[in-house]
Amino acid sequence: MSPSPSGLAFAEASLLARARRRLLGDGLARACAALLAVVALACLLGPFVTGHPYDRLYYDYPGVPPSLALYPKPEAVGPALDRLALRMRVRAEDVAVTGEAVRLTLASDRPIDDRVLTFFSRSDTFGEARLLGRSEDGRRLTVEAPLRALRFLAGTDALGRDLLTRTLTAGRLSLALGLMATAVALGIGVVYGALAGTLGGRVDAAMMRLVDILYSLPFVFFVIMLVVFFGRSVALIFVAVGAVEWLDMARIVRAEAQAIRRRDYVRAAEALGLSTGAILRRHVVPNLLGPVVAFAALMVPRVILLESFLSFLGLGVQEPATSWGVLIADGARSLETAPWMLIVPASFLVASLLALTLLGERLRDALDVRG
Amino acid sequence: MIPYVLRRLAQAVPTLFIVVTLSFFLVRLAPGGPFDLERPLPAAAMENLRRVYGLDQPLLVQYGRYLAALARGDLGPSFSVRDLSVAELFARGLPVSMTLGGLALLVSLVLGTLLGGLSALRRGSALDHAVTTLGTFALTVPGFVVAPLLQIAFGLTLHWLPVGGWDDGSPKNLVLPVVTLALPQVAVVARLFRAGLVEVFDRPHWRTLRALGLPPRTLALHGLRGAALPVVSYLGPAAAGLLTGSVVVETVFGLPGVGRYFVDGAINRDYTLVLGTVVLIAVFVLVLNLLSDLACALIDPRLRDFG
Repeated sequence: MSPSPSGLAFAEASLLARARRRLLGDGLARACAALLAVVALACLLGPFVTGHPYDRLYYDYPGVPPSLALYPKPEAVGPALDRLALRMRVRAEDVAVTGEAVRLTLASDRPIDDRVLTFFSRSDTFGEARLLGRSEDGRRLTVEAPLRALRFLAGTDALGRDLLTRTLTAGRLSLALGLMATAVALGIGVVYGALAGTLGGRVDAAMMRLVDILYSLPFVFFVIMLVVFFGRSVALIFVAVGAVEWLDMARIVRAEAQAIRRRDYVRAAEALGLSTGAILRRHVVPNLLGPVVAFAALMVPRVILLESFLSFLGLGVQEPATSWGVLIADGARSLETAPWMLIVPASFLVASLLALTLLGERLRDALDVRG
Repeated sequence: MIPYVLRRLAQAVPTLFIVVTLSFFLVRLAPGGPFDLERPLPAAAMENLRRVYGLDQPLLVQYGRYLAALARGDLGPSFSVRDLSVAELFARGLPVSMTLGGLALLVSLVLGTLLGGLSALRRGSALDHAVTTLGTFALTVPGFVVAPLLQIAFGLTLHWLPVGGWDDGSPKNLVLPVVTLALPQVAVVARLFRAGLVEVFDRPHWRTLRALGLPPRTLALHGLRGAALPVVSYLGPAAAGLLTGSVVVETVFGLPGVGRYFVDGAINRDYTLVLGTVVLIAVFVLVLNLLSDLACALIDPRLRDFG
């Protein structure tokens, strides 16, 4: 290390402090972290803000393109009223649309029951209707119904569900699955690798032989088999992904643990009479931290990608729950009529994957002890 | 060298055996069978079907029969595609998948070495940065996003190329699938080749060669020798993946390749088709790994220790 003011030299000694300093000084890393924070926050809080439940079907608005405009559009009110009147078995007359509400007269050859007014609030176009007056024979009702003001920022899908809400809800699942599967793979891999590396000898040879055998199997195929055969539940995807990803982790941790144990300072600590537990805590674990954190960071995007891939094939998350892979598969099927159905979820997925990958790479470089 | 090849092929047999055995019993663990329908078949018909396909035998007998047939090179009849054997299905699908995969391999090799070589020669230039950045994009954006985006851009908007279909392999139909397949591979090859060249450039023997004033052609040969190794050893397994078809590309572009057989077979409980696909892929992986190891030995004399 080049000579530097003594205070800084001590600050440099802490791996995490140095990594933090390096990352904070890196514009790209900051941008990626900010992007990820925005995506994660949007997915977490967004579905409460958009004003649409993710599984609500708006029968009046299938395949609406993304726009800032409010629905219903003024010219759509008349036809919607006609459809509604048909279902109520009445005629809609003297229709007057005033900004936020519509005033009209329902007419029929027979007396009209008040209860038909519930049709209004059940439609996607109108809110709760209010009875303003009734003719003496009961064949004409004067009614005022507010217009529902709906906004579909990212449009709707073929069934009339709000795409933005769905994409954000899907993001929750994709991100959470990515984090949790990584945690599982991390847990298994670190314990397995550290055990093999620390115990050494025949145990190590046997344990790593098993990893080698599992490694040589076509694993994506086994994941697909598992998912196809034992039901398509989120829990199983979770197990399947975790089962694939822990192998790399175990290898890395074992190699590092072995290398660290052969270092002189560990020998010195042993000679000084430190217990194995203390050596593990003081020397092995802190040195493992760097590569493990870096590898885990790069594992998250891989897991998200694997889940999306399975969901894209229809083997992952099932309706009505949704993930980015499911939405992209939907979008790819309705390219001609509704390209936004592909573009919206795809841009969320790609942005998250890119940001996670770039950030993971920077983190790996920042945590590199040799660097 | 020939004894080496023979020994490697002999070593492949136990690997294949393990893969087949694991797959065989995993497939059979699954609930449901190949002849389950929404409305169950009459018991007698079901009984006959199961007898015709040998499913009424104990599992171990079936396993033995499958292995015996496999040893003769017989992959058995398909359960879901009536009247066709698994081998016949492969004979139909493999030409499609191998055409696409082979072209993608060619493109990634040519374009990857070109881009990687240029960015190694002009280290730190704008071109180098552009190749690195685009490479990250190509590696991160998954094929199931790239493929439909290409369809929107070149098929639906510009109308230059068909959105999908095979059409007896007409060149226009090949472009988009090959681009989708090749994109991440180009990025990997470019990265590996650049890193390999950069490493060679930092070696003392390279400096000596330059100091000797050798002609550029001779220099290029020496550079290639060092940098080609990582690329060739990567291309072995990668070629196996490309040549045996991609589920995503074949689904999105509606191509009749073998990439879909595994998923379709697994969903339909088509036991023989699933096992056949596993065998097919394992054989491709084993053979192409062997080829790439041999190619490495051809390039680097230090690896010629076949003993």
